Amino acid sequence: MEWLVKINIQLKESILDPQGQAVQAGLNALGYDNVIDLNVGKYMELKISDLKNEEEVKEQVDEMCQRLLANPVIEDYRFNIEEMA
Amino acid sequence: MRFGIVTFPGSNCDQDLRYVVEDIFGIKTDMIWHKEDLENNYDAILLPGGFSYGDYLRSGAIARFSPVMDSVIDFANAGGFVLGICNGFQILMEAGLLPGAMKVNDNLKFVCKHVKLQVKNNQTPFTGQLEKEQVLNIPVAHQEGNFYIDDAGLEKLKNNQQIVLKYLNKSENPNGSIENIAGICNQERNVFGLMPHPERASEEILGSSDGRKIFESLISKIKEGVN
Repeated sequence: MEWLVKINIQLKESILDPQGQAVQAGLNALGYDNVIDLNVGKYMELKISDLKNEEEVKEQVDEMCQRLLANPVIEDYRFNIEEMA
Repeated sequence: MRFGIVTFPGSNCDQDLRYVVEDIFGIKTDMIWHKEDLENNYDAILLPGGFSYGDYLRSGAIARFSPVMDSVIDFANAGGFVLGICNGFQILMEAGLLPGAMKVNDNLKFVCKHVKLQVKNNQTPFTGQLEKEQVLNIPVAHQEGNFYIDDAGLEKLKNNQQIVLKYLNKSENPNGSIENIAGICNQERNVFGLMPHPERASEEILGSSDGRKIFESLISKIKEGVN
């Protein structure tokens, strides 16, 4: 069975995101005054095989996020898992 | 006395470090490729600046899993002296040998210039030859040097006197780093990381030789141990 995992990584809410602020300022400058918050993050897609069920995929992705893909000191992550045909 | 300098793919200050340690201070130096283990008995391991693995994912995040890092971590945990400069500092944090993390500089720019630093703790193996509150002129060159740690972590750093170097004041702070922190050590004092580049300030011809004192402190501390 193969799985498609989509991972979003973002700075924790409590942490100021200078890049997000700059992008928001750009949108505001274009006249989109109603954009009141913007955070820039990372998006990753990965395919994963040789696991029996979604629970195992979740467990492994969680571990990979904590060990390498995200830095738990400053970042939060979330992901969703799709079964591939 | 023998120092080891680890070279990761993308390191670019490794030869500058070697020049300072070997040619200025006359210390035997091994250049250690990141895929090797630490084969000799070293008195200190230095992690140089640069852009290991192109800074992909996060600075230092992938270098932290280079094969050599297992033995660097063992070396540090056994009390060996480890100095991380710039990208080396980022790798030490990713490896969990130093607390905290780096964010992108507040102004989003790559900043390369001399800044004024102040010594906050001279009771470490890396700063013993400096005076407390002494001001140093040493260059920085980074885009991700905006040190972050949560409130509890910051409190711990303060209580244990782990803040070794600060940017002199807010206007000297090139990156938005919390409390102007430029360099920290671990609780045991044998691991030290800093964003400024002391190896780029080790000869007057480069505009400042204030960085020498960091290396002199370490060398003199090691000599003390031998005697």
